Amino acid sequence: MQLEVLISKFQQKDEKAFESLYAMYSDSMHGVIYNIVRDHDIAEEIMQDVFIKAWNNAGSYSAEKGRFFTWILNIARNAAIDKTRSKAFKNSKKNLDAEYFVDILQTSESLDDQTDAIGIKKFVSKLAKKCIKVIELLYFKGYTQLEASEELDMPIGTIKTRNRNCIKELRTIVLE
Amino acid sequence: MDINAYIESGILELYVAGTLSDKENKEVYDLMLKHPEILQEVLEIEAAIIKLTASTSQQNNVHILQLIKDKLKFNASDTKVVQMTKPKNNWFTYTGWAAAIILGAGLLWTTNQNKQLQSDLQTAEIEQSYLETQIADAKTDLEASKNLLNVLRDKDIISVPLGGQGNFANTYAKVYWDKKTNKVYLDAQGLPEAPEGKVYQVWSLTLNPLTPTSLGTIDTFNTDDNKIFEITNANESQAFGITLEPAGGSESPTMEQLYTLGVVASTP
Repeated sequence: MQLEVLISKFQQKDEKAFESLYAMYSDSMHGVIYNIVRDHDIAEEIMQDVFIKAWNNAGSYSAEKGRFFTWILNIARNAAIDKTRSKAFKNSKKNLDAEYFVDILQTSESLDDQTDAIGIKKFVSKLAKKCIKVIELLYFKGYTQLEASEELDMPIGTIKTRNRNCIKELRTIVLE
Repeated sequence: MDINAYIESGILELYVAGTLSDKENKEVYDLMLKHPEILQEVLEIEAAIIKLTASTSQQNNVHILQLIKDKLKFNASDTKVVQMTKPKNNWFTYTGWAAAIILGAGLLWTTNQNKQLQSDLQTAEIEQSYLETQIADAKTDLEASKNLLNVLRDKDIISVPLGGQGNFANTYAKVYWDKKTNKVYLDAQGLPEAPEGKVYQVWSLTLNPLTPTSLGTIDTFNTDDNKIFEITNANESQAFGITLEPAGGSESPTMEQLYTLGVVASTP
């Protein structure tokens, strides 16, 4: 089914459409959320909040404002980051600032189960540190271009082109 | 517009990341609709990001969908199964029903029995009344027999044997005449059954001159059991005769049909 039709049905509260979209994006959202909170129980809790929020606010999505993936990615990132700012989370968790998504991939053993695990691992090993940081900030953490340039101490334009090159490289690995 | 330069600028990667302004987003959207290459580029970027982010999810997330569906009450109408609470004292209900059924069956049985007994009682009552009738009949018969016996034993009774006449020589009858009460008892056992349409007629006779006087017809001859008939007779009879006459009787006896005849013995 065409993505546009699926989203339109989802906005009309079609439960089957919701399940299809969940199947398409849930692993991705969970990866993003888990990368931020680094706790399976909390990630599971946030996952539920995210998709329930998406269902309840389905009408607020519009294709003109961006991709559906980007819309739900924003909800997931914000929910996860909100969680990390809560008092209870701060008290119980170590400082996560120094961690990047690649840590999960490099330390994971269960990753071998993933279909493109080998490709991703290859990518991670080949990817320059600058790519990892840019991708981490822009996609996993939801930084703006300006925020990223400040974080990485780089001109805004450089962020844009470097990211372009990094994603190009990613595509050659994961999409063949 | 240089599509390639636009793609190479890196704006589409930022579009997927969600870091563009509303205005830029709208711009990209419009260009995607116009230029399939741009749309294709966006789709590939998105697909790569989805794969990368999904790879950092260390688990299968299908079970979370069920949690979400439960919270959103999906399919609430057809999958919500309400667990019935099992009644604790079930045996109490069962024994109650069993008792009710037994009681009902018992009532039916006793009702049936009652009907049967009533029917039996009715039969017995009918039998009893039948027997009572028989006893009454027997009593009546006995009474009649006693009366008859008394009559026969009475010293004042005149006994007159009637002998068979002519063609009817083998027939006979007997008359017992009580002069005090002017009653005649006719014992007609020796007569055959009267043919259809005929009756026996009894005659009182005086001999000089020979004058018959009808004492009446015996209409019940064929149905009577003891063939003894009580007849009133105030005549100074000298003889008695019996003839067979057409139904209803005749004015004078048909002498050809004279069955029996007997003369009263002279007064002592």
